[in-house]
Amino acid sequence: MTQLFLSGTWGTLRLFLLTLVGCLVLGTILAAMRVSPTPVLRVTAHTYVNVVRNTPLTLVMFFCVFGLPYLDIRFAESAGLNSMILATIALIAYTACFVAETLRSGIATVPVGQAEAARAIGLTFGQTLSTVVLPQAVRTVIPPLGSVIIAMLKNTSIASAFNNRELMSAMRNAIELRGDLVITILLATAVVYLVLALILGRVFDLLEKKLVILR
Amino acid sequence: MSAPTQVLFDAPGPRARRNNVIMSVVSVLVLLGIIAFIVWKFYDAGQLEPNRWSPFTYTGIQQVLLRGMGATLSVAAVATLLALAVGLVFALLRLAPTRAISLPSTIVLEVFRGVPVLLLIFATFMIFGNRIGPFWSVVIGLTLYNGMVIAEIIRAGILAVPKGQREAAMAIGLRSSQTMGLVLLPQALRAMMPTLIAQVVVLLKDSALGFMVTYQDLLYQVNAIGRQYNNLLPTFIVGALLYIAINMIVAASAQWLERRLQSKTAGGSGPANAID
Amino acid sequence: MKKLHTLLAASAAGILALSACGQSGTPETGGGGGEGGGDTAAEAPQYEVASDVDLADSPTWSAANDAGTLKVGVKFDQPGLGNKDATADAPEGFDIEIAKITAAALGFEPDQIEWVETVSANREPFLQQGNVDLVVATYTINDERKEVVDFAGPYYVAGQDLLVAEDSEIAGPDDLAGTTVCSVDGSTPAQRIQDEYGDAELVTYDAYSKCVEDLQTGNVDAVTTDDAILRGYAAQYEGEFKVVGEPFSDEPYGIGLPKDDQALRDAVNDALEQAGEDGTWTEAFEYTLGDSSGVEQPAVDRY
Repeated sequence: MTQLFLSGTWGTLRLFLLTLVGCLVLGTILAAMRVSPTPVLRVTAHTYVNVVRNTPLTLVMFFCVFGLPYLDIRFAESAGLNSMILATIALIAYTACFVAETLRSGIATVPVGQAEAARAIGLTFGQTLSTVVLPQAVRTVIPPLGSVIIAMLKNTSIASAFNNRELMSAMRNAIELRGDLVITILLATAVVYLVLALILGRVFDLLEKKLVILR
Repeated sequence: MSAPTQVLFDAPGPRARRNNVIMSVVSVLVLLGIIAFIVWKFYDAGQLEPNRWSPFTYTGIQQVLLRGMGATLSVAAVATLLALAVGLVFALLRLAPTRAISLPSTIVLEVFRGVPVLLLIFATFMIFGNRIGPFWSVVIGLTLYNGMVIAEIIRAGILAVPKGQREAAMAIGLRSSQTMGLVLLPQALRAMMPTLIAQVVVLLKDSALGFMVTYQDLLYQVNAIGRQYNNLLPTFIVGALLYIAINMIVAASAQWLERRLQSKTAGGSGPANAID
Repeated sequence: MKKLHTLLAASAAGILALSACGQSGTPETGGGGGEGGGDTAAEAPQYEVASDVDLADSPTWSAANDAGTLKVGVKFDQPGLGNKDATADAPEGFDIEIAKITAAALGFEPDQIEWVETVSANREPFLQQGNVDLVVATYTINDERKEVVDFAGPYYVAGQDLLVAEDSEIAGPDDLAGTTVCSVDGSTPAQRIQDEYGDAELVTYDAYSKCVEDLQTGNVDAVTTDDAILRGYAAQYEGEFKVVGEPFSDEPYGIGLPKDDQALRDAVNDALEQAGEDGTWTEAFEYTLGDSSGVEQPAVDRY
């Protein structure tokens, strides 16, 4: 039983860490596209964010797991690894929307003078964004970004329905094995999630104290 | 938000405009290429055969989908009302001056915010589901989580109301409950309205987890139709379109409200966001 | 920006408007006949409802009799056993027929039965809390469950089996090494594959319909669970999939009853024996699961 939960926790953490990197990268790209000088990029990012953000994650994951194989997209020989990659893609695709929206609201709080000054000294759009605006934007949005990331940690639970061995899947297996301990098992699962979320919350609190700029 | 984004780059000159047109054309072509590839692959796999899609032209199936949408909307509506009430209460409890009140409510809030909604719904169903049924299991699960998120949104909104407002209210002799109810809360709610509605969209999407506890919502019916007609993928596409349509209507109303309320608020909404 | 939103709202409204028109009625299911599709209703077996039942010793029966309805917990998502089509009002399948037979013997008309959907995890709580009077839901009799509920029957002995493509070379569980096998997350069949057939790679989803989808695309080589459930899918996908027919476990399906209601348990066991003698069991089987040759009703176990 302990073994089951340990491997489940590891499964959840693995999904979380992979998605964390991916959604920050994709989210930043989407946010940059939304404020870029090129109309096509703006429209593309806007449409993408609005469509994916309004679809339940279960459905996003369904399309990744059952739709992508039709396009001959397969990442690994082993079904388990393949399912994990597909679920990670779904989580990244979904969470990146929220990261992008958060970053965009951060960009909006950077004083106009900063961007004007950057342009006045001859920086291009890419330089203005990456060296002047985004670093300041990220600092203002650390608290809401933390909420998005913690929500993503909990959303990894949905991957259990799509061939991923993580905490929620461990919980289902445990309930099937020991039907008499249902409430204990539910509580244990909740506690593990809670501990992970609280640790993550502390990390973001520390980040906030070190970096945040209040406006 | 449009002001700073326009400051990020110069107004496009003739060369940039030409480049923009070229880029637009190229990307539209690429997009069409991708769509064609997807359609061709799906066609190749037999997913576009008429018999996989024809069920949706029958009123019987449409009624099932509408019934599912109705169930989704009603569970979301009830959960929204309850979550707003719970959120308001917890926001006020956390702002209470006495630590004996604010500390326990903070702990409760952190607990329910730190656990997946899926687990909350499932646990409610396993422990109380036999007495309260799937509808209330979903409502309670959604309320517990979203109520806590809404509490944080409202609290942030109250804290964002300029200090002078509270001081002015105190100065004219309002009691602290009057200050909260008549001055701070109305402004906070207005400022937070877009975020609150965004959270309602999150709640609506999360209600899709109800199918796991036999609540017959849209996703439940989508699963049932897909099982009945062996057309899981087409049915999920239709289901996704319906979810997107519902959520976009809610989101569009958020935009409308935001515009309407923008002029009337003192406190800025700041970088708060709905989280899911 | 504003334009875009108007456009989106308009298209959303368009989708809704579209769904308000179309061909009337419901389309026919894609599967073959004989597995309980809506159009086979004409041959539905009828069971004679007993009129002079008096089980005053059974609290469950007395309460149901006073209320005029018998609440039966069944599955809604297992083709052939307990399955409710999206467009149907009531579930269909072998479990459902067994429930009707039992109800008839207890003096309840089919329209006096209230079908309550159960999932595997809430069958015991439902019986313990009196949410349902009976559970007929692919409910395997085992000792742990006997601690908290009582069982009548078994009415069928299922066995874990494999659903494979028609031209598959898998002929039994021993051929599974190196293949991918799909089942439902956390279920007993999934755990058995993991424990006893570790050479096979296990894929798990939240529903068998997703496993079947994967079998169609060739993503997995076999779907595994109780043969009765697989028979339902094999009938739905005739010519495409087959059941291997080498069961590698015994899953005696029983009717779950509230604990310590001896009078009710005896009555239900009598009803099942009666159904075996007068042929209604076979009728119910052939109506829902197909050919009954080689299948026998198990002896009732009055433990």
